[in-house]
Amino acid sequence: MEVNPRQNKGSELKMSEENGVIYRISGPVVTAVGISPRMYEVVRVGDEGLMGEVIELHGEQSVIQVYEETSGVRPGEPVIRTGQTLSVQLGPGLLTKIYDGIQRPLPELEKTMGVFIKRGVDADGLDLEKIWDFNATAKAGDSVSSGDVLGTVQETKTIEHRVMVPPGTSGVIKSINSGKFNVTQNVCTLEDGTEIQMMQKWPVRTPRPFTKKHAPEVPLQTGQRILDFLFPLAKGGTAGIPGPFGSGKTVTQQQLAKWSDADIVVYIGCGERGNEMTEVLDEFPHLMDPKTGEALMNRTTMIANTSNMPVAAREASVYTGITIAEYFRDMGYDVALMADSTSRWAEAMREISSRLEEMPGEEGYPAYLSSRLAEFYERAGRVETLAGGDGSVSVIGAVSPPGGDISEPVSQGTLRIVKVFWGLDAGLARQRHFPAINWLNSYSLYPPSLDQWYRDNIKSDFPEIRTEISALLQVEAELQEIVQLVGSDALPVDQQLTLEVARMIREFFLQQNAFHDVDTYSDLKLQYNMAKAILSFQEESKKAIAGGAALEDVVNVPARTDLMRGRFESGYEDKIDQMLEAMNKQIADTMEAN
Amino acid sequence: MTGKEYRTITDVKGPLVFLNKTEPVAFGEIVELRLTDGTMKNGQVLDTSDDQVIVQVFEGTASIDKQTGIKFLGDVFKLPVSTDMIGRILDGAGRPRDGGPAIVADEMADIIGAAINPYSRQSPSSFIQTGISAIDACTSLVRGQKLPIFSASGLPHNDIALQIARQAKLVGSDDDFVVVFCAMGITAEEYNFFVHDLERTGALENACLFVNLADDPAVERLITPRLALTAAEYLAFEHDYHVLVIYTDMTNYCESLRQIGAAREEVPGRRGYPGYMYTDLAMLYERAGLVKGKKGSITQFPILTMPGDDITHPIPDLSGYITEGQIVISRELHQKGIYPPINVLPSLSRLMNAGIGDGKTREDHKSVSDQLYAAYAQGRELRGLVAIVGEDALNERDLQLLKFADIFENQFLRQSRDEDRSIGEGTLDYAWELLSNIDTKYLVRLDQKWIDKYHPTDKKE
Repeated sequence: MEVNPRQNKGSELKMSEENGVIYRISGPVVTAVGISPRMYEVVRVGDEGLMGEVIELHGEQSVIQVYEETSGVRPGEPVIRTGQTLSVQLGPGLLTKIYDGIQRPLPELEKTMGVFIKRGVDADGLDLEKIWDFNATAKAGDSVSSGDVLGTVQETKTIEHRVMVPPGTSGVIKSINSGKFNVTQNVCTLEDGTEIQMMQKWPVRTPRPFTKKHAPEVPLQTGQRILDFLFPLAKGGTAGIPGPFGSGKTVTQQQLAKWSDADIVVYIGCGERGNEMTEVLDEFPHLMDPKTGEALMNRTTMIANTSNMPVAAREASVYTGITIAEYFRDMGYDVALMADSTSRWAEAMREISSRLEEMPGEEGYPAYLSSRLAEFYERAGRVETLAGGDGSVSVIGAVSPPGGDISEPVSQGTLRIVKVFWGLDAGLARQRHFPAINWLNSYSLYPPSLDQWYRDNIKSDFPEIRTEISALLQVEAELQEIVQLVGSDALPVDQQLTLEVARMIREFFLQQNAFHDVDTYSDLKLQYNMAKAILSFQEESKKAIAGGAALEDVVNVPARTDLMRGRFESGYEDKIDQMLEAMNKQIADTMEAN
Repeated sequence: MTGKEYRTITDVKGPLVFLNKTEPVAFGEIVELRLTDGTMKNGQVLDTSDDQVIVQVFEGTASIDKQTGIKFLGDVFKLPVSTDMIGRILDGAGRPRDGGPAIVADEMADIIGAAINPYSRQSPSSFIQTGISAIDACTSLVRGQKLPIFSASGLPHNDIALQIARQAKLVGSDDDFVVVFCAMGITAEEYNFFVHDLERTGALENACLFVNLADDPAVERLITPRLALTAAEYLAFEHDYHVLVIYTDMTNYCESLRQIGAAREEVPGRRGYPGYMYTDLAMLYERAGLVKGKKGSITQFPILTMPGDDITHPIPDLSGYITEGQIVISRELHQKGIYPPINVLPSLSRLMNAGIGDGKTREDHKSVSDQLYAAYAQGRELRGLVAIVGEDALNERDLQLLKFADIFENQFLRQSRDEDRSIGEGTLDYAWELLSNIDTKYLVRLDQKWIDKYHPTDKKE
């Protein structure tokens, strides 16, 4: 049989002399004999040179997971070592791209094979021909080491790409040139002859190095009131969003991708719907960054491995994504990574594991499920980079528990690790309360470390206001139990007022319309003012009722409706104080009316 | 490699045949088995190595013995496709069932089906009018969507599917749908019902049927939907047809999947279904959609019966995670004698917003739909309350909402099996008429401008 290794232009794979043959094929798992590769080494399988990765060594046999469809492949076809582990290409050109799970750009795949993804086609992650304007910031004679910035490239309108010394390289610069280069040309030569290009490669399963991890102290602002105000995520933190289908996981993830104040966003669509990915692809290029006024796509890299694309590539997709995220972190950026959904990733692990006939753990998932989840989330964090800068990767993972029951292994494995839990609730979704995040069982462990930041940057009593708001919601839950039994009229008037205030929190503050131009995003200052307005309503109403006003009159003052409706109007942040004043005045007037 | 016949069977277990062999056999290769009495069966390679090959036999392993001859045909499963398939009835393995001649292949298509590049997809946004108010108003279907019917045994899901197949059309377009119908493990009676109805309405001329009945081999069921989708893809993307794929019953398909998994001694996932069921279902459902540069489209209507009416059962659960919404059939409404008994509250169309509104259906569609939903949900809730405290305890608004829930079920949902309501006059205007039973001041989800324009009594001429 003729060996036909695929051309991998520019990536200079060194084909090892050692060739083996296929012994067995079972779906995406192929067993080869006659080679002795390293674990996780990439191999080329069969006459078509399908890409695969070694996942088990077993006596003479090497077990390989193949990233492409294997039907038609026969025992006896060749298997070729590449000597490399599964790696991604890192350098200018990552942003605005959309990749599959193993960093093949989908538009390139369309060009070579049409609308259906066929197999046996390679594509480089970066455009190797494209010429970039490299602007050297280091100079000859400088002593540089891993992670130091050599120069910059304006990658997109808003993001400056910092070209770094690859990890494990150091020395004194012999020559460095500004000018126009592609990513494989040398831009810098060290005294010892080491040549540095703009592109570097990194094995996806190995975390990129950094100096040390810092405690997260700065919130990741998302513009989503329930998230920012009640259950904040820190830059460098981890969050899990479990929820049954139809509860709004994907919308929440997309809201975060759109509005979070990270410098870079990596969005991984892992085993999800094709049409949903298309919607993201259609929508993102038209979305404007509220800070810069430029397209949000300029700071975004997307990875789309839909549910019907090969399962091994789905398994790899989260690693591909997080490696890209770490690379930008090393430049000193704050990166937010969304993975939708980690359950599909776990299922890919389960599928591969069952093909390997491994002893299963809970519900057929491999026993190493929770350690893999932990390793993945542990790659998040706010770090001091090798160059001494400050960068972070925040990870937000969606979880799709079967039947919405979070006692299953993936949800539980995730909850043990993440610090923020945004619990989506089918009941709320059915009531059309969106985002359908349950305020009673969700939590965030970050407030203690973030409170100082809120005091310094928003208002000195920010944490106290938050505590009051969540306490009110808690009290409401208790009162509701009584109301279920005896009806609300049986409650004393002050408790009836509490119920009204809590309703205002839910309908005015927690509900947020992701599809409304204005309501879709509220900054922290506005959130604070809105919360403050609710508490002010409570306080003024109490006074008025004590002064003889009827609860119904107080609740129905027209200015309160104006205040609540106002959040759909642009310029609300400038008007809210005035509206609050009007409301307070009308409430005071109800007293005189009696 | 073809031509050589092996008689090296070592084990036969359930639908699987294990054999030793000498030549390399491809994964997924098609196999022909010749029994000692001359009967022919077909199968596919599930696992292949130098020492052993595992073959899944589509027609079941009855009568197979160790003398059975096995021939490897050197290729993966391909379906002969051609536009002549329209108007034909084929069996679960793609052979003529209607007594007609074999399909003359225009092309041989691989039935596994490659994944559509997400970048090459086009967002579905053309409204399909089904003529059923509950669906058109509340869970609007768009071309390229996959919207399953979650039903249960004893409910009229087949009637609804047929009505959709008959009535589905694009507003303001003459493009007709071609129906690809895929039956998996349904009874002969149900099959006759479908065929009879399609014949009666003349729809059969525009349909292609793949039929695997309850007494046909269970394993064959695993390829039947793949054949149907392969035919659908060919018609849609090679010949610009708009294809509506109806498959029933997905539950039987999943049972077959479990059967094979058990025979292979695989580690089971939830309730004994294989761990890869999500991926397997996705390989079917994701073959819906539109792609850039092609005129045709594939819209899917899978029907599944929820075992024990349980929506958290793995089959509806995994389907719900892949499909773009669901239409839920309610036993309660069915027992009230309402057809179609669609419970709009748990039903959902994720692509609805892209397909409705000004220029697509009507500008007020979203508001009307929200208002119907809200009023009906509140009315139903009040029914529970009334059972405890009686109607006297309700205020004016609640009484109106309570009454509206009945009106909604009896007039809006209820329609005859042949009634084809247009979206504008038949459905939305009707909704306005029914909503006018509620005081306008309680219709908070309706924008004032729509009330001014469409409200039957409060509108400003």
